[in-house]
Amino acid sequence: MTAYAIRRLLGAIPTLFVIITLAFFMMRAAPGGPFDMERRLPPEIEANLKAAYDLDKPLIQQYAIYLSKAVQGDFGPSFKNKDFTVAELIGNGLPVSAKLGLWAMGLALLIGISLGIWAALRQNHWQDYSVMTVAMLGITIPTFVTAPLLTLALGMYGITLFGLEFTLPVGGWNGGAWRNMVLPVTVLALPQIAIIARLMRGAMVEVLRANYIRTARAKGLSAGRIVLAHALRAAALPLISYLGPGLAALLTGSLVVEQIFGLPGIGRYFVQGALNRDYTLVMGVVICYASLIIVLNFLADIAYAILDPRVRLK
Amino acid sequence: MSQNLSAALPELKGRSQWVDARARLLRNRAAMASIVILGIIVFLAMFAPLLSPYAYDEVNYDLISCAPGWWPFEAMCTAPGNIFGTDAIGRDIFVRVLYGARVSLAVGLVATIVSLVIGVLYGATAGYLGGRIDDLMMRVVDVLYSLPFIFFVIILMVVFDRNFILLFVAIGAVEWLTMARIVRGQTLSIKQKEFIEAARAAGVGPFSIITRHVIPNVVGPVVVYVTLTVPTVILMESFLSFLGLGIQEPLTSWGVLISDGADQMETAPWMLLFPALFMAVTLFCFNFIGDGLRDAMDPKDR
Repeated sequence: MTAYAIRRLLGAIPTLFVIITLAFFMMRAAPGGPFDMERRLPPEIEANLKAAYDLDKPLIQQYAIYLSKAVQGDFGPSFKNKDFTVAELIGNGLPVSAKLGLWAMGLALLIGISLGIWAALRQNHWQDYSVMTVAMLGITIPTFVTAPLLTLALGMYGITLFGLEFTLPVGGWNGGAWRNMVLPVTVLALPQIAIIARLMRGAMVEVLRANYIRTARAKGLSAGRIVLAHALRAAALPLISYLGPGLAALLTGSLVVEQIFGLPGIGRYFVQGALNRDYTLVMGVVICYASLIIVLNFLADIAYAILDPRVRLK
Repeated sequence: MSQNLSAALPELKGRSQWVDARARLLRNRAAMASIVILGIIVFLAMFAPLLSPYAYDEVNYDLISCAPGWWPFEAMCTAPGNIFGTDAIGRDIFVRVLYGARVSLAVGLVATIVSLVIGVLYGATAGYLGGRIDDLMMRVVDVLYSLPFIFFVIILMVVFDRNFILLFVAIGAVEWLTMARIVRGQTLSIKQKEFIEAARAAGVGPFSIITRHVIPNVVGPVVVYVTLTVPTVILMESFLSFLGLGIQEPLTSWGVLISDGADQMETAPWMLLFPALFMAVTLFCFNFIGDGLRDAMDPKDR
């Protein structure tokens, strides 16, 4: 297992290298540069600026400089957000994005698994059909439709619960207060709930027909124990392999959610950075996301091997 | 005697797996209804210019953000001639939704075809050749899998300045990976079959074997995956449009219409309602058809 882990982590290095190279040259191929503004800068100043950021050197040399600095953990200054280095910006933004993503994933797993199990236990009854229809809705309605709808329902008009009126803030981060988190986390979690519920139902239906479940039933175990202790372990396997892509989908979703709710996460930096030709910022965010995805895929594989004794990692 | 007997018996027709699959699909009500609805949407999109008295870019400053005539709620103004209402510069929403359907469906189909061609050829080649070449080719797929692809699509759209054709290609180039994996898996089992051995013995070259014998036999899972790729691609296009990286005005897509509508949701909800409805129904249909096809071709889960 240890040997496997080491080899996997070493294997991540070429992957990261490919990502950095692709992103670097694609970004530089874009027309325009970071110092294009409404009002053109005097040529001397522009030349000085470019020299200060090494932008006057040949592309290959810039690439070499970037690579050698990045290896040492120096991702350079941001071109647009003056006075900030890329590392500082990501350091500020990542906790916001991570907090959003983790809460959303947690919520999605909790609700999605419960719904999936419930639908599987009531297979081909109305409970099953209604859960699956709602799940299909969750998959087909994009985040940027659910976000304004929920904002309108919960943020603008508010809801009355137990005689208390709730009105949630429609945007802003406010230091991560839970009131500000409710709407973005819900919006982010909805499609994941739908996908997880569908996966869970499919796997559970199959597992519940297995012989060892019949044995457990014959032994007289309670239904709850059969499902939670015996069936869930096997039925969770497809879910674990979904976690990697699911997390990538959450990151993608966070691009939109951060934009809609005006949250200071790194997804927003990326879109703005790409549009502003903020080369270093875009590169930094891409590297950050790619490393996250690689690490999480790795953890998912390890979890898979622990849950399924048939899998041997070598 | 034996001649008489065979003449007396009605000719027995073998039922191929395709006939069976079609029969099962025809019995699946959700899938059949989806096919009909999708057909209607495609028909509307194709004949959009004939179906509306308005052009998709016809501006009317007298009818700004007007509700349709039948709108049951309060609205600033109503436009009886526009059955889905008008947008912020008085364009007819109905005809714009249909033009949006053209773009969204075209993106969905073309990008899916791109991913289909790349994925099937790549997967079949890797699976058929096997050995070290297979290892290498699949290793490349693994590396690409861990790329945060949406970022590359965004960068591509920035680089090529929202080139429409490139949108197709970029999305298609992202979506082929899963297809390649599916096809490779199928190919690995098919290449053990006797008819492949027979072809090889007859001196058919590897390329011909892949295109003539392997690919036709992986159609089943590929068709299922294609119907599920189209909605993914439509969603991705709308997502890019929402970020302002999609198709440019005055042309439109469902994503553009939805993001415009979301901005004006409080004052003019019909601007969000109709494009969102059309898109959701379309995605629903594709998903139901995909599920129906899967059940029809692989009935073990029924």
